[in-house]
Amino acid sequence: MAANYSEKVMEHFRNPRNVGEMENPDGVGKVGNPTCGDIMEMYIKVKDNVITDVKFKTFGCGAAIATSSMSTEMIKGKTIEEALKLSNRAVADALGGLPPVKMHCSVLAEEAVKAAIDDYLKKTTGKGLPGFKPSDGPICEH
Amino acid sequence: MNRIYLDYAATTPCDKRVALAMAPYFTDKFGNPSSIHGFGQETRGAVEKAREQVARLINAKPKEIVFTSGGTEADNHALLGVAYANEKKGDHLVVSAVEHHAVLECAEFLKKRGLRVTTVPVDKYGLVDPVDVAKAIEEKTILVSVMQANNEIGTIQPIAEIAKAVKAKGAYFHTDAVQTAGHLPIDVEKLGIDLLSASAHKLYGPKGVGCLYIRKGTRLTSFLHGGAQEGGKRGSTENVPGIVGFGAAAELAGGEMETENQRVARLRDKLKEGLLAKIPESQLNGHPTDRLPNNLNITIKYVEGESMLLSLDMEGIAASTGSACSSGSLEPSHVLLAIGLPHELAHGSVRFSLGKYTTEAEIDRVLAVFPPIVERLRQMSPLYNCKE
Repeated sequence: MAANYSEKVMEHFRNPRNVGEMENPDGVGKVGNPTCGDIMEMYIKVKDNVITDVKFKTFGCGAAIATSSMSTEMIKGKTIEEALKLSNRAVADALGGLPPVKMHCSVLAEEAVKAAIDDYLKKTTGKGLPGFKPSDGPICEH
Repeated sequence: MNRIYLDYAATTPCDKRVALAMAPYFTDKFGNPSSIHGFGQETRGAVEKAREQVARLINAKPKEIVFTSGGTEADNHALLGVAYANEKKGDHLVVSAVEHHAVLECAEFLKKRGLRVTTVPVDKYGLVDPVDVAKAIEEKTILVSVMQANNEIGTIQPIAEIAKAVKAKGAYFHTDAVQTAGHLPIDVEKLGIDLLSASAHKLYGPKGVGCLYIRKGTRLTSFLHGGAQEGGKRGSTENVPGIVGFGAAAELAGGEMETENQRVARLRDKLKEGLLAKIPESQLNGHPTDRLPNNLNITIKYVEGESMLLSLDMEGIAASTGSACSSGSLEPSHVLLAIGLPHELAHGSVRFSLGKYTTEAEIDRVLAVFPPIVERLRQMSPLYNCKE
C-alpha cells in the first residue's frame, strides 16, 4: 500500500484493540486537533496504581489508529510508573517500524497516554504530571 | 478477489491496441529518427505520423507539437521557456490557485529568481472567474496559466473566456490539459490557446511521454539543449515507442470520446447519488455539472482520508485522497483548501475517478462496500459522537 506500512501496522489497523469509549474513566487524555488530521482520545481505569482497563478513539490515518491500538495494549495491566516509561519509539518498534513521515503518530500516541495519566493524577492528587504540557500535535503547526 | 481500479485520474492502463502499435519500435524498428539511412527513416516516419495524430486531437498543426517526457515537463517548458524568452517584455505571471504542482512550483521557482506571480482565487466549486484573470493582468504580464480541468475535483474552467481576456491584454495563455486531452473536445484555435500540456498515460497511452503544443510564433526558449530534435526545442533522441503509443492513443481517444463520456458519466452519477444518499454527512467537492465526466470527489465528515483508502484497498478497491496523511506532507490538498474546505474536511476527502474499463458491477460493489467502511471508521472517531 501507498503508505508502506508493516504487516503489524496493517493488522492493528484491521483489528484495533481496545477501541471505544469508557463509562466513568479515571483519566481521559485528548491530544491532536482536526486541523492536522489526527485526534486521539484515551480513557483509563486505574485500581491500586495499576491501569486495569484502557480504551481509545482516534480520528486519523492508518498509522494513527495502529499506534493508538498498540499503545493501549502496551499499558494495559501496567502500573502508572511503567506506563509513563512508554516511549513513542517503543510503540513504533512494537509495530515493526513506521514510515518516517508517520513517526509523529507514535508521538501522539505517547502523548495520549501521558495526557490520560496527567488527568488521572489531577483528579486523585490535585497535581498533574510534572512538566507535562499537552500539545496540539507535535509537528503540525496550525 | 477482483481488484477494482477507480484511480484513472492518477494514471490509466495502456490500451492493448496502443501497446501493439508500440511493440515493433522496441525491437525491429529501432533506428534513430535523425539518421538518414532506411532504419532511421522508418522511425522518423512513425514519429511524424504520431505528431499528426496528436495534433488532430486538439486541432493543431503537427509542427506546433513538441513531444516531451510527460505533463510535468510540458508545464515546466511552458512556464520557464516563456519566462526566459520574454525577460525583456515582462516579469509577471498569473496562475490559478488550483493548478497542478508542476505549474505552481515552476511559478515559485521563477519567483525566487525575481519574477512576480499573481495567484487568482477560485470560488467554492473551484471555478476561476475570467474577470479576476483580466484584473490580475498587468502591462508586464507575459503568461497566464489556468488548467482546463482540475485533477482533484474535476471542475472544468471557462478557458475560452479566460483566453479571450488574456489575448485582449497581449499575454500568452497556457493551459494544463493533462486531465482533459483525449477526454474533452479541445480546439486550440477556437479556444485561443497559445500553449497546452498533455500526457499520454492519462489517455490510455504509455507513461513517460507527453507533449507541449506551442502556437506558431510563440516565443519560448528550448527546454533541452544539445540537439536539433523537436524543431530544436528539445534536444534528445526521440522516445520512439512512447511517441508512437501517444499517437495511437490520441487517435483512439478522439474516436471514442463521445460515447465513452456518456457511459462513464452515467456510472459516475450513479456512484455519486448512491454514496451521498447512503453516507450521512457527506458532500460533493467541485462543480455539480461543469466537471470531468469521470470524476467524483466527496468529503466524508469525521473520518480521515488515508484510513478510508487503506480500508478500500483491503477490499481491492483503488481510490485517492486529498488528505495530507497519504501524501507525505502534513498539509492537505491545496485545491480543497482553495475551494474553502476547512482542514478537517479536506482531510476527509476521497476521489473516485472512473475510466473506460469501469463496469456497472464495480460501481455496485463500491456502493455496497464503502458505506460500511465509513461507518466502522466513524465508530472509532472521537469527532463522530460529540460532533463539536
